[in-house]
Amino acid sequence: MNKLIKWGLPVVGLGVLAAGWWLGLAWAPPDREMGDVQRIMYVHVPLQWMAMLAMFLNFVMAVSHLLKSKPGWKLDSTAESAAEVGLLLGALGMVTGAIWGRPTWGVYWSWDPRLTSEAIMLVTYTGYLVLRRFVEDPDKRATWSAVVAILGAINLPIVWFSVRWWRSLHQVQSSPKTVDPQMVLPLRVSAIGLLLLTIAMLVYRYRIALAERQAEVALPDALPAAGAPDVHNTPKVA
Amino acid sequence: MKLPTSPPRPRPIGLIGATLALLRKDLLIEWRTRARLNAIVFFAMATLLMFSFALGPDTRLLEKNAGGYFWLAILFASVLALGESFRVESENACMDGVRLAPADPRAIYLSKALGNALLLIALGLLLLPVMVALYGVQVVMGVVDLGSVLVLGSLALSAPGTVYAAISSNARARDVLLPLLLFPLVIPALLSAAKATTLVLQGDPMNQLGSWLGLLLGFNLIYWGVGFMLFPRIIED
Repeated sequence: MNKLIKWGLPVVGLGVLAAGWWLGLAWAPPDREMGDVQRIMYVHVPLQWMAMLAMFLNFVMAVSHLLKSKPGWKLDSTAESAAEVGLLLGALGMVTGAIWGRPTWGVYWSWDPRLTSEAIMLVTYTGYLVLRRFVEDPDKRATWSAVVAILGAINLPIVWFSVRWWRSLHQVQSSPKTVDPQMVLPLRVSAIGLLLLTIAMLVYRYRIALAERQAEVALPDALPAAGAPDVHNTPKVA
Repeated sequence: MKLPTSPPRPRPIGLIGATLALLRKDLLIEWRTRARLNAIVFFAMATLLMFSFALGPDTRLLEKNAGGYFWLAILFASVLALGESFRVESENACMDGVRLAPADPRAIYLSKALGNALLLIALGLLLLPVMVALYGVQVVMGVVDLGSVLVLGSLALSAPGTVYAAISSNARARDVLLPLLLFPLVIPALLSAAKATTLVLQGDPMNQLGSWLGLLLGFNLIYWGVGFMLFPRIIED
């Protein structure tokens, strides 16, 4: 792997993210209504943005896999890595949201449309990843999981627009025009830092997935999956 | 005496013809054994009964939530019905035979999804009197409204359910996989069907029934369309 991507991307990403969080947590003014509690936005919002981005990447890869003409495992591996990274970021986003919800709304969890649709999204992609573990044939796994990814992705626009359609507890996305520039800057810097980190994670996970696929295809028993003989437990002949 | 000069040529059969032929085959299998319908009816009735045991004999609470329990019972039963609908094809490699017939994979999807929906509608019709008796509900609004909720809700469960049943019937741990994939996806359908049923049962002073039925209809259009397009990729070999 290119050294620049292997080391440069995560280091720069961490640096930018640290700068963004410092700006958000120390430099930006506190919110007039919520005070310092609002500062979790600089962590929570970029996490959710990147989660949505990764899920969208998963959808695009699923469609491309079904339409592709050349054989290969790159699209499927990208789809797998995007779903895993997206699930991680989305879960972290949900936890930070709950931490913010307790002092602001008085509860960790409310059955608000945004929260509910987000929870559905996370369970859907958990199902997607579980399906991948339960299908041995790499060809079938790629096709079936692509179908499941497309069916699950129908929920993504619902998650995104839920705050506008239903206007319930969760606030609507703010526009940079109406927000103090001192709050817009940290949010943007954090988002860019997290974007770089997300790309780094995707690249790392993608390489693992691709290597796994190639090993599976080349040598079906190479991976310690169910059904493969366990070489460490073979009875010794005396 | 006139002898036929050549064997009769097979008639070309279109998508609708193939769908109806396959549906007829599935319904005939179902009718001859009636195993699937019997099983899911008793399963769903037991579920309805369990709700009243789990919550205690509070008739008012049961009546208030009757719509939700009704649809949960149908949802749980649908997992059994959907799984079974592809299990009959996996015996003796029947799916290969159907594909070689040759049947358009989209016709297989339509027939399976329609068959599952018909089964769920029949289940709902049989469950309604049980629900009325157990939970003490009374139908305030018309039978037509209740019927359209039942039809749209059953169609909404079976459209994505058939796609997932086809996938999970070939995977390991299929009994875990189908509900895991299906339940999160059908939450909007379950929500609107339960809400609409409650409105039908308890009256609709705010006139909200139309919007919930609209949501169900939209869900149906999306998932029947996507399932129709994607299904051929699932069963190709």
